[in-house]
Amino acid sequence: MTTVRIPPTLRSEVGGERQVPAAGETVRELLDDLTSRFPGLRTQLVEDDDIAPFVNVYVEGEDVRTLDGIDTAVAHGSTVILLPAMAGG
Amino acid sequence: MATYRELLAQLRGEIEEIDVSQAREHGDALWVDVREQDEVDEGYIPGAVHIPRGFLESRIESAAPDRAQPIVVYCAGGNRSAFAAKTLEELGYENVVSLAGGYADWKRSGLPTQLPVSITPEQRARYSRHILIPEVGLEGQAKLLQSRVLMIGAGGLGSPSSLYLAAAGVGTIGIVDDDRVDASNLQRQIAHSTETLGEWKADSAKRTLQALNPDVNVITYKERLTSENVDRILADGWDVIVDGADNFPTRYLVNDASVWHDGIPVVHGSIYRFEGQVTVFRPSDGPCYRCLFPTPPPPELAPSCSEGGVLGVLPGIVGSLQANETIKLLLGIGEPLVGRLLLFDALETEFTEVRLKKDSACPVCGEHPTITEYIDYVEFCSGRPTHA
Repeated sequence: MTTVRIPPTLRSEVGGERQVPAAGETVRELLDDLTSRFPGLRTQLVEDDDIAPFVNVYVEGEDVRTLDGIDTAVAHGSTVILLPAMAGG
Repeated sequence: MATYRELLAQLRGEIEEIDVSQAREHGDALWVDVREQDEVDEGYIPGAVHIPRGFLESRIESAAPDRAQPIVVYCAGGNRSAFAAKTLEELGYENVVSLAGGYADWKRSGLPTQLPVSITPEQRARYSRHILIPEVGLEGQAKLLQSRVLMIGAGGLGSPSSLYLAAAGVGTIGIVDDDRVDASNLQRQIAHSTETLGEWKADSAKRTLQALNPDVNVITYKERLTSENVDRILADGWDVIVDGADNFPTRYLVNDASVWHDGIPVVHGSIYRFEGQVTVFRPSDGPCYRCLFPTPPPPELAPSCSEGGVLGVLPGIVGSLQANETIKLLLGIGEPLVGRLLLFDALETEFTEVRLKKDSACPVCGEHPTITEYIDYVEFCSGRPTHA
């Protein structure tokens, strides 16, 4: 299982949780698992079968865009951060 | 009982001395000036740190934490520095030499000297806790006094960051804000007060900053930053931009403008509810805002603090981190948050860091930029972008 950190703007889709466990060996599998349980997340995270361009995904602190994108491998027990931009100041 | 002269003669046999002709061989050493302030005011050896003889024992460890660090001590003529060298040896310093002939010989030999930066006695008192820090010192403080920082927004983030920058003696602070102080601001925007309700935030903040520190020149721009005015405002010359804007169009505009204005570093902060993000965009050696967020989120996924709320103390923490990064950039010390995004979670009291990389395909700072002039940023952030 992998721990996925949910940003404040998406927490209403996962019952208010800050982080949720998800199964999968790649970012794609994790997102599939998450969005199958929380369908409201799908449009906010996935676009054209890829990670939506306005969401950053970090696996162990590394932006997956600099790795293998949605096919980036996720080791068991690692932490994944979903991070959309925030504008508030 | 030895006389002073006997003691000095005995000491000379116990310590190592060099004369000014050997100074070049000790260029890598830490040069410590042990004279009194009024003597240093007349000039000193460039690069030397000033630790008056009376404070030598208590301050040398922060200036030279490594006992193996080579040290050259000097005074006016070489006597006080001989005693100082002995003291340093007793403290365990292994490579200490005293400059025979001292500053007087140095100057007579025509070697370079430097006059201390001019700082008034009032400033010396006000900034004494900075001046005591070796990494800041008198020169660093003078640098801050000559620095110019532009604040984008005098709201939640701009309030604490500008207060700390003003307190630190940043000489010129520009404030861009087209908003007026509203009652709903006062839960967090500590540069304003109940008394300034209804005033321009730029004016209200200016009064607060100058009450805190009259040394600071505050320039106000009571206008919204736009593609039309950004070049004029940046042409006033800024060392660092502190981005505390409350909307995406302004953040993308600040980014593009900073890249096109010689890569002025932008200290970025953003907040929502209990969470904050801080980083430094320095396009010369790191990513820019567009490398991090190439596409703005659709408006429904990016509620503002006025829609979703924010814990009042959160901008205090994030804005203070921005002030810290700004001061480091101005002084050229430490490791700025370039290429690192710091995430703060106030509920868990947890900091997380993720790594950011420059995107070679970035449309603004990449190898082949496709955006080379200002766009319609409001449209760009309105949902479906039509540019980029």
